[in-house]
Amino acid sequence: MSKVHVSTTVNGEPVEFLADTRDTLLDSLRDSLGLTGTKEGCGTGDCGACSVTVDGTLVCSCLMLGVEAQGKKIETIEGMANGAELHPLQRKFIEHAALQCGFCTPGILVASKALLEKNNNPTEEQVRYWLAGNLCRCTGYDKIIRAVMDAAAEMRGAA
Amino acid sequence: MVKVNLWSGLRHFTDGQVVVEVEAQTIGHMIDALVGKYPGLGPIFEGGISVAVDGDIVPPDTSKPIDDSSEIYLLQQMKGG
Amino acid sequence: MAKDTNMSDFRWIGTRPDRPDGLDKVTGRARYGADIQAANMLHAAVVRSPHAHARIVKIDTSKAEALDGVKAIVTRADFPTGLTGEDWDLQENTMAGERALYDGHAVAAVAATSAHIARDAAKLIEVEYEILPHVIHVDDAMAEGAPVIREGAAGPAVPPGLHPNVVGYTEFGHGDVAAEMAKADLVMERSYKTEATHQGYIEPHACMGQLGSDGKGEMWVCTQGHWYIRKMCAAVLGLETAQLRVTASEIGGGFGGKTTIFMEPLSLALSRKAGGRPVKLVMSRSEVLRATGPTASASMDVKMGMTKDGKITAATANFRMQGGAFPGSPYDMALYCAFAPYQIPALHHVGYDVLANRPKCAAYRAPGSPMGAFAVESLIDEMCAELGLDPMEVRIKNGSKSGDKASYGPTFGVIGLEETLVATKAHSNMSVPLGPNQGRGIAAGYWFNHGGETSVSVALSEDGTVQVSVGTPDVGGSRASMALMAAETLGIPYENVRVNIAETGALGVNEPTHGSRATFASGKAMHGALTQAINEMCKRAAAKWKIDPEAVEWKDGAAVPAGPNAGQFPPMTIEQIAKKMGSTGGPISGHHESVPGGVGASFGAHVVDVEVDPETGHTKILRYLVVQDAGRAIHPSYVEGQYQGGAVQGIGWALNEEYIYDDMGRLQNPIFLDYRVPVASDLPMIDTVIVEVPNPGHPFGVRGVGETGITPPLPAIANAVAAATGARIRHLPITPTKLLAAIKAK
Repeated sequence: MSKVHVSTTVNGEPVEFLADTRDTLLDSLRDSLGLTGTKEGCGTGDCGACSVTVDGTLVCSCLMLGVEAQGKKIETIEGMANGAELHPLQRKFIEHAALQCGFCTPGILVASKALLEKNNNPTEEQVRYWLAGNLCRCTGYDKIIRAVMDAAAEMRGAA
Repeated sequence: MVKVNLWSGLRHFTDGQVVVEVEAQTIGHMIDALVGKYPGLGPIFEGGISVAVDGDIVPPDTSKPIDDSSEIYLLQQMKGG
Repeated sequence: MAKDTNMSDFRWIGTRPDRPDGLDKVTGRARYGADIQAANMLHAAVVRSPHAHARIVKIDTSKAEALDGVKAIVTRADFPTGLTGEDWDLQENTMAGERALYDGHAVAAVAATSAHIARDAAKLIEVEYEILPHVIHVDDAMAEGAPVIREGAAGPAVPPGLHPNVVGYTEFGHGDVAAEMAKADLVMERSYKTEATHQGYIEPHACMGQLGSDGKGEMWVCTQGHWYIRKMCAAVLGLETAQLRVTASEIGGGFGGKTTIFMEPLSLALSRKAGGRPVKLVMSRSEVLRATGPTASASMDVKMGMTKDGKITAATANFRMQGGAFPGSPYDMALYCAFAPYQIPALHHVGYDVLANRPKCAAYRAPGSPMGAFAVESLIDEMCAELGLDPMEVRIKNGSKSGDKASYGPTFGVIGLEETLVATKAHSNMSVPLGPNQGRGIAAGYWFNHGGETSVSVALSEDGTVQVSVGTPDVGGSRASMALMAAETLGIPYENVRVNIAETGALGVNEPTHGSRATFASGKAMHGALTQAINEMCKRAAAKWKIDPEAVEWKDGAAVPAGPNAGQFPPMTIEQIAKKMGSTGGPISGHHESVPGGVGASFGAHVVDVEVDPETGHTKILRYLVVQDAGRAIHPSYVEGQYQGGAVQGIGWALNEEYIYDDMGRLQNPIFLDYRVPVASDLPMIDTVIVEVPNPGHPFGVRGVGETGITPPLPAIANAVAAATGARIRHLPITPTKLLAAIKAK
């Protein structure tokens, strides 16, 4: 079966790639576009390591097909910083030591950014429930939650 | 002579002794002397053991010196995770 | 460095700078096991047995071979024969021989030009099985009539007359148990069980292997220990070890599960068969759960005698553990740790390592210690309840101190249990008032920590910055700790040190990042290597000043005369020495390798408050405190991180996680939906207190901290649930269904 030509926008840039119809969006991002920042942790939409946004909606890219990216706007971890300027969430994660192995970090950052764009003043409980779909096995989540709340505070202050 | 504390599961190979005395100046020689005295210990040691000298775990073939005042315990091989 | 140096004497140690790999990890730039591509690369897929125990009658690969894009297929026939002992176990686990021994056991592997074709080809490989009876649970596997998994696998220490599935045995103790038990006012005997749990790292195993017909190979792999991967692949495939070069990628979690091989040799075997093309092999999550090493399950009987004022007089323990279809459950370590926090006049331990039709177990954070702690700390709590005693006071009363003999024999060096218990008792969490359906539980825990083979190099760059090459992959921030210790030793800024995890071709043998050894052992060796480099830099200054090298010392990043008699010379900085080193004698570096002694054990104590919903049996964690002795916290944020992460893995193990098998011996929950690890909404903040009783065996007083944190949660939570409900659960996990039934049965 021949591959499908897909035209889409990733992190603000127009891109094209060929997708096997069985490729997930995660496969396409990682293998066709070389954007390996988004990770596969489970392949069944349970761990959130593959989190990206598609037209502004947070999705598990392992649950979407590559061919479905046609004409969409996709944002991955690679697009989070503005050139050399890190997003406040990225800075706060480093500052708060909110990562140990770092494997879940891209997914959690993408998910956290989506939260703060919806709700710029979440409570601790709201942050925890929003991130319930992002598994972390190293940190116990404590420093992650602190980093997200601190980034939210900074972003509100700067607003 | 150095005094070596074995674990009681090894008594079967040491005529019922749990504390064994051998002549040795280093840990490595102590292990050789134990196997020389009680050959049944050979396969067990080959499977891997740890040696605690004065509370410190050392490799079993080392030339670390010991004497009759050293506290020596043989333990199952230690690994972490 | 003097062991009683105050924290205030340090310029770098104890601070919280950004970790050096932080930028890579928050931008997605860091490259993990599956983040690699190579020209001409093939993709692999593995065929796995769906049966718990079956004879492999026939493997027909013809249809798969005919599929376009398939470049190589391997079965056990492609592996060398004649291996023995642990090497044989590793080979047999990498690919089944005559029999499949567990659901998920690899029986064939295929490499193809795409992952889709590889998976399609795997489905075309036809395997004929003859299903055999299987056994899953440890006590069943030891019983008369249990299916035999392997004849003659018992170690030399196993007494005669036991079932062939019993492959390991230990017995040790001291004192007169009967006499000391008779002195007790209360003797209690209980049985406790824990189930197998998986380390649950979010990154599945992944590697890319390349092996030529000349026996030279390269591998990129996510691992805690690339020298072990090298050694094990070489053994399993019959290669010369030095001809295989292994590079460790960044690692997305290990916790012990990535200290060994599972499928890595397959990528090399396929590569060789495919003419040396690189082969990428990535496990799916269900493969990880079915076919890599969870920890063992345990069935434990403990008996203890206690006086009415809380003195423990004697105890016995009988632990039985299954580590899957191969020897290696941590039954011995569990026994060593079980009573280690206490001084008990008479002890007797017996342990059994048992085979079962389950995956080959791997180390999981303080292997064995959580199970032993669950049994002993639960029993102590039950006895305190019966005698009306305060559980914290009983811990303190019986607690082991520096210079005491450990429960397993050797004398403790400097340990910090007493300080840890005192700090726990004094913490405000201990006095938060509790409401209805709420309960508080405490428990202590222990892990020895480890030294192990270590080889480290340091080198001076032309501009005076320093590179450090270690062999311990960075699982949780150790590069930051190395750089802090190097900065402190050299007296240069933290930012001027770059720590690299070197590949196997660059250093002598290094044991993995396990046993909580990286900051301790790599740090200690690095200190030795830096000392060597410092001596050389002082020699260069001495030569320039025309004085004796003995008259030069190192201070604040420069060589200085060691006293007024040595002469009046301004400090020669590291930058100045580096700039000239090419012409003053050549490169300046240092190297140190050893199996370091002076390992410092780490004790911990946890306090947890829970609330149990009496209608659903659901347990909510209200408050969680970890108090643990770190010796010296080089980078406190990452020490706290280890405490919190270990505690949460323990919470999962206590409340939710277990391997569930059906009556055909198939794993029922091999995905994260059903193998439910703690998520952010399950938990509160995890409070931590770092106690520092410096370890005299390390230049900065470091004790390993990574593992002890998982040892108290299992009993602390069981104790809290018992306090909240009056129902004592002795078989983990404490699922809502189980707890509800126990509450109703009361």
